[in-house]
Amino acid sequence: MPVITIFYYLITAFIVGMLGWNFWHEKKSVNDMILYLLVIVPLLLRILRVK
Amino acid sequence: MNKERTVKIVLVAVIGVVTALGAVPLYRHRHSTMPVIAGPGVTKVIKLSDYAPTLKGTMGDIDVFVMEGKEPGGKAFLMSDTHANEPAGLLALMALVENAVVDKGTLYVALTFNASGSRNTKPGDGYPLYFDIPTEWGQVRFRFGNRDASPLDQWPDPDVYIHYPERQALSYVDGRNTNRTWPGRPNGLLMERVTFAAMELMRKEKVDVAMDFHGAETMFPVTNCIVAPQKSAKIATMASMTVKAMEGFDNHVEPSPGNFRGLSHREIGDYADTLPFLMEAPIPFLDQPTGPKTVKLLIDGKDDFLLSLSKKKKLFVSYDETGWPMDKRVGQHASVALEILKQFSKKNPERSIKLSGFPRYAEIVQNGIGKYFHDPAKADPKSVYFE
Repeated sequence: MPVITIFYYLITAFIVGMLGWNFWHEKKSVNDMILYLLVIVPLLLRILRVK
Repeated sequence: MNKERTVKIVLVAVIGVVTALGAVPLYRHRHSTMPVIAGPGVTKVIKLSDYAPTLKGTMGDIDVFVMEGKEPGGKAFLMSDTHANEPAGLLALMALVENAVVDKGTLYVALTFNASGSRNTKPGDGYPLYFDIPTEWGQVRFRFGNRDASPLDQWPDPDVYIHYPERQALSYVDGRNTNRTWPGRPNGLLMERVTFAAMELMRKEKVDVAMDFHGAETMFPVTNCIVAPQKSAKIATMASMTVKAMEGFDNHVEPSPGNFRGLSHREIGDYADTLPFLMEAPIPFLDQPTGPKTVKLLIDGKDDFLLSLSKKKKLFVSYDETGWPMDKRVGQHASVALEILKQFSKKNPERSIKLSGFPRYAEIVQNGIGKYFHDPAKADPKSVYFE
């Protein structure tokens, strides 16, 4: 795997972590919870390498 | 369990189910296969990775049907599904593989040149995932793909795709477009490896003629034509004039621009001794100002918006209530390909290529292309390949 691809996976994992953290700590806004989940889906699939 | 946690669990479950429901048709499309029967003219089936080991085990490794004549002669490499949303070439070459017999020379046929693209789609444009062609024994189902390889197979995209080896800056997405990655390189992006393998095949087998079958919008000037560089121009011109005179359809010649890199009609000729030709048949489905992108539009090419634009002379091809049916597009590809081989053979008798059993324009328009597809259930299982 090229180095640049490894970096992209690391960046993706970082963003998934941030979105997951935000989702977990969101207390009130259901709207924001849905948005976090929608954004996290493609990034999570990429990390899990689901094809 | 507090209310907040319950809401989160419900949301995760709902979005998970919706995602799964949306993913199932795409997963099936990506993993579906199209049966192809190796007809009487196919003498062996090889893999593209035989010419570039770095392609082995990847989505870019495809079958290449080899059709050798009894007599040695010239060699031609034919490819379809370079852009898998332009399927007329695929249907034409499938009819070739299933029916034709080569009498002199050799043909190398790559049906799904961009196999990853044929398993991709364009959800933003509402592309159908499949289309069916009626035959005497039932329907044949084809995957309908996209112009570019799937990001599942080649990722990440660069910000700007720098063409190798000319270093021309192209759109980021062109790194996944097998008509921008010629002549490729053995350890580059997956699509560069695909085109490199094809170049190696042409160089090692001393292929004389390469044909790349495409479709183009009716509003795009480079449509209904043969794109050829200077070295192929005489043969392309003769083929164009002959089909016009003998078969009654237009197919003009467009010069391959010297400064636009990565295209098959440019790089194959520059990086091998092969004469390249790229065929464009009009495909109204790809035009932007049409109605919904339905299978019907893909097959019959009829659209009221295009008809209105045609009356205002905004299209680059003639267009009326009959549209641009698939059979017409496939028939044009078949006749132009046969005519190019004929014209090449006339100029190079010692390297001539002769074949029979491949229908021409009038036959395909009259009978429908489905007539030339055979039932895989009745074929010898050893001759059925899944693309």
